[in-house]
Amino acid sequence: MGNVVSLDSIFGLGELPPPGAAMATPVAASGCSSSSCGSSDGPADMDPAVWEKVKNHPCYSEEAHHYFARMHVAVAPACNIQCNYCNRKYDCSNESRPGVVSEKLTPDQAIRKILAVAQEIPQLSVIGIAGPGDSLAAAGRNTFATFEMLQRKAPDLKLCLSTNGLALPEHVDTIAQYNIDHVTITINMVDPEVGAGIYPWIFHKHKRWTGLDAAKILHEQQMLGLEMLTSRGILVKVNSVMIPGINDEHLLEVNKAVKSRGAFLHNIMPLISDPAHGTWFGLNGQRGPTAQELKVVQDACEGGAKLMRHCRQCRADAVGLLGEDRGEEFTADKIAAMEIADYDDEARRSYREHVEAERAGRHASKAAAQADVQDAVGAAVDPILIAVATKGGERINEHFGHAKEFQIYEVGLNGAKFVGHRRVDQYCEGGSGDADTLDGVLSAINDCTAVFVAKIGGCPSKSLADAGIEPVDRFAFDYIEESALAYFKDYAERLGQGAVCSRAGQDAVIRTGALTARRA
Amino acid sequence: MAYKIKSAECTVCGACEAECPNIAISLKKGTYVIDPAKCTECQGQFDSPQCAAVCPADCCVPA
Repeated sequence: MGNVVSLDSIFGLGELPPPGAAMATPVAASGCSSSSCGSSDGPADMDPAVWEKVKNHPCYSEEAHHYFARMHVAVAPACNIQCNYCNRKYDCSNESRPGVVSEKLTPDQAIRKILAVAQEIPQLSVIGIAGPGDSLAAAGRNTFATFEMLQRKAPDLKLCLSTNGLALPEHVDTIAQYNIDHVTITINMVDPEVGAGIYPWIFHKHKRWTGLDAAKILHEQQMLGLEMLTSRGILVKVNSVMIPGINDEHLLEVNKAVKSRGAFLHNIMPLISDPAHGTWFGLNGQRGPTAQELKVVQDACEGGAKLMRHCRQCRADAVGLLGEDRGEEFTADKIAAMEIADYDDEARRSYREHVEAERAGRHASKAAAQADVQDAVGAAVDPILIAVATKGGERINEHFGHAKEFQIYEVGLNGAKFVGHRRVDQYCEGGSGDADTLDGVLSAINDCTAVFVAKIGGCPSKSLADAGIEPVDRFAFDYIEESALAYFKDYAERLGQGAVCSRAGQDAVIRTGALTARRA
Repeated sequence: MAYKIKSAECTVCGACEAECPNIAISLKKGTYVIDPAKCTECQGQFDSPQCAAVCPADCCVPA
């Protein structure tokens, strides 16, 4: 079977060069030696051993998420706690959120699926187990059986797992033994009083615990598990669900507590809540945060444990680059019909070498673009937000009407920084746009000054301009950060002349429902 | 004296199977069932029946 991945779609232009062939951008040896170098999680900012572990992991490195794909295998349906934001009875193929899957797999089925995906998607670098229940509930049997086989069959793939932490301390040795060097713990509180409003019960030591007792045990197990992992050098990402009125301000305390215990990253995600999901929060009218409410809490935690902003809250059976899900290409029926060759990592290895060469040039060119802005723009200009339509590869390479999400960059004197993403329904389907969908897109990026696209039609272009958001297609297929900095330089000049207005104070809506549009 | 699983409400997560001290629970035709001959309701073993305590759908009940 041929390679179904269009690498064009990743790079925007051209074909994958042969391994070892450097990209056009020359590597400036002096460009990347200090921490002023662009991306907040580049190689200049961290221990080389840590960088080596995260550089190709889309969930642990913001930079990697533009290039590398992950895959979740849903082998762990059992859970040992109940969360007020979760209802695992629910299954909808249009939903993209944790805890939702379309097919549960046995470890054997999971291995076959992984080998099929690895053969078709050379960007694949990580295999994770994230449920749909808890990966370590039911003694973690399916989780470890899957990793044990995978380690033998495809040793180049990184392993990671995600857990609520309740059963973590008893499994730390096994995690270390299987070389699982990335673990995500969902920690929503460090105060049992707060926890009692999130967790109605837990199952621990052969007993169901409720109320404060439950939250206290969970908290102690999470902190102990976190300390045990970090003391063994295993990278830990902490996920927190931001629930307005319950733990929003408390997340600053969570950030401090996990940082002091060595967490590598902190990912603050918005609560996904909808009565149709049948969750306690959904049925009881608990709302999720707005885009700016989320950003305020994330910004307040900046300076503590490093923040992750590119999480897509993906399904427990997601496949592909973050922000896309190709799970439907790999259903049980389709995999059964595929011919799966013996283990071969050649395509993945060439892809990784190619990305390595591309990235080296990128660090230098970002630094140069930033220096240019600092020379040209006065200190009084506040940063702005820009929405970008992209298919990956850090390029502006998606049409406005085809975007299912916009990546949000904050651009200012201190550079261009990825600060989040907004899911939207695809505006253009079958060649014509839909007015209701356009309203949804406008509300999702309402706090942005501009939207960068590869191409856009006259009609949506006018609606955006009327809403005060400038549509920009002059950077089509260029790199995002350099283009954002060039735009900011121009914006600052126009702001000085009074030709444009600041959009400070605007907010946007975080989309939580099912996607209604499908990729063709 | 035994428990049963209300199959209409079961999510087939298997949490009960992993906890049962009597190996009384198994997957039959896509749904979990409790063998009444093996079920002890965990009496003398734990404070409460383990399947009912761990079940996210609260569908393990006295037969």
